[in-house]
Amino acid sequence: MVWFRKPKYTILTPKKKDMPDGLWTKCESCGEIVYNKKLEENFRVCPECDYHFRMGAWERIRMLADDDNFVEYDRDIMPTDPLRFSDTKPYAERLAEAQKKTGLTEAVVTVEMQIEGMPVVVGALDFGFMGGSMASVVGEKICRAIEKAREKKLPFITICSSGGARMQEGILSLMQMPKTSAALGLFAEDGLPYIAVLTNPTTGGVSASFASLGDIIIAEPKALIGFAGPRVIKQTIQQELPPGFQTGEFLLEHGMLDMIVHRPELKSTLARLIRMLMNS
Amino acid sequence: MNNRLDFEKPVMELEAKIQELRNLASDESMDISDEIEKLEKRLIELKKETFEKLSPWQRTQLARHPQRPYTMDYINRIMEEFTELAGDRLFGNDRAIVGGVARLNGNSVVVLGHQKGRDTKENLDRNFGMAHPEGYRKVLRLMRLAEKFKLPVIAFIDTPGAYPGIGAEERGQAEAIAHNLRDTARLKTPIIVVVIGEGGSGGALGLGLGNRILMLENAVYFVCTPEACGAILWKDRNKAPYAAEALGITAKDLYKAGVVDEIIPEPLEGAHRNHDLTAANVKKSLEKNLADLKQLSVEQILKTRYDKYRKMGKYTEEQPVSVSEKEHMSTVL
Repeated sequence: MVWFRKPKYTILTPKKKDMPDGLWTKCESCGEIVYNKKLEENFRVCPECDYHFRMGAWERIRMLADDDNFVEYDRDIMPTDPLRFSDTKPYAERLAEAQKKTGLTEAVVTVEMQIEGMPVVVGALDFGFMGGSMASVVGEKICRAIEKAREKKLPFITICSSGGARMQEGILSLMQMPKTSAALGLFAEDGLPYIAVLTNPTTGGVSASFASLGDIIIAEPKALIGFAGPRVIKQTIQQELPPGFQTGEFLLEHGMLDMIVHRPELKSTLARLIRMLMNS
Repeated sequence: MNNRLDFEKPVMELEAKIQELRNLASDESMDISDEIEKLEKRLIELKKETFEKLSPWQRTQLARHPQRPYTMDYINRIMEEFTELAGDRLFGNDRAIVGGVARLNGNSVVVLGHQKGRDTKENLDRNFGMAHPEGYRKVLRLMRLAEKFKLPVIAFIDTPGAYPGIGAEERGQAEAIAHNLRDTARLKTPIIVVVIGEGGSGGALGLGLGNRILMLENAVYFVCTPEACGAILWKDRNKAPYAAEALGITAKDLYKAGVVDEIIPEPLEGAHRNHDLTAANVKKSLEKNLADLKQLSVEQILKTRYDKYRKMGKYTEEQPVSVSEKEHMSTVL
């Protein structure tokens, strides 16, 4: 098992905005000033108002993994610029900036790790990398992670946070939806569990592909989840949207997911579900 | 003719002028045939100049042309028989998508497609070809029917996108599309998809996964509409023509990207100028592809379909290709 002898990875914690000293963070929801250490201890959930702060892919993995003994898959798959796309800024430049900012190569990190002693394959999207958008590399890494899980007969988990398909790679971004969904179709035939965890926000092409295909779908409290963004819907129907529209709670009420889980209970919930599904 | 596009106008004006001269010639028995001939030559040149080098944005306009043939226009011209089947058996019947059983050269097929309307009244009925979840669930129901009776599926794509509305979200627009993608990837019968007009993002994909993707010459297929792309990236919807250029949305672009297998030619001035000829071209291509797919076993149908999508995407890799990757590269066919 060469995989497990790889060196440990360092965790990259994104720098907090507006708080250069890094000691305090202002809650984006209630405005409360929270001591950073306390925030970290509380899984980046505001102790005052239960607001779930956004987390990076590595923070997510570290939060769920038993220890640092995880193996990152396919870190060498790098994005290209197939359309030589440029809007107000060239895509190549946007990619370089996102890589520099997040320390990631792309918007998803895929790893094999252990949750309460059980090996699992996890794909975590990072909203900090171009809004967690899905383009060629994200689709490819998700597919390879699914294939690895099939090969090793392991459960597969995604932690989703994405605005959708990435425009800058055009149609190839869109085609990652059928690509990842087809891979999950094969995965399902093998009888292995797939759990999708939807965090704020999960919309567009990611919500209309692998995020919605979990055997079990879990959402974090108050996460924005939907196909179309609320602004687009508001513009189309020319009406105010009902309160709580497109939150995880709204989806739960409409039968679109299984449960809302607070972040501190996420790991134990995942472990319990996997044990039950795999009857172990 | 109504609904002229800007770039069509010179051609149409010249056509009108030639017609006028012809009328004059027959009325007054004057000999102006030289003049007419000259103008006709000019017309052919002008058509070539105009339509052989259409910009992606001009093609988008043609793809959305209100006189462009829609799904039912093709069904009526290509199939000998068609019986519409309605409903998703869960909530309702979405009129933005039509589907049913049909006969093509004597053989039964299941046919599906987005249906746009030609005027306001029809468009309200068809919701501008923008489906709700029940539309996508009807699609899957009919695809399952095709699988059960071992019939091939033909799906016509023509939608600005899946409908963004409250009901659509409540009833799981994302779930319906995702579910279709996963399950149609594993459907044990051949699927041929024809992009006839607008391939609007996820709304197109809801019935857009197949063994063969055919696309009309002036059809467009995009990750998001050029208008939305302009609004998001340039903060200006009027940048749509630039976005259309940048996104790579034409049949040729998609062919190059390995998404589209075949481009179906249109009449020089676009499908809307000759529905019969366009439908005949579509029929020819469908016949050929159906015959090809008929040769394959169910396992091959599934494997080639899977491999087709598995390969989509562009990336670089620094490490040498491992054994399992080599295996997946070597596809059957």
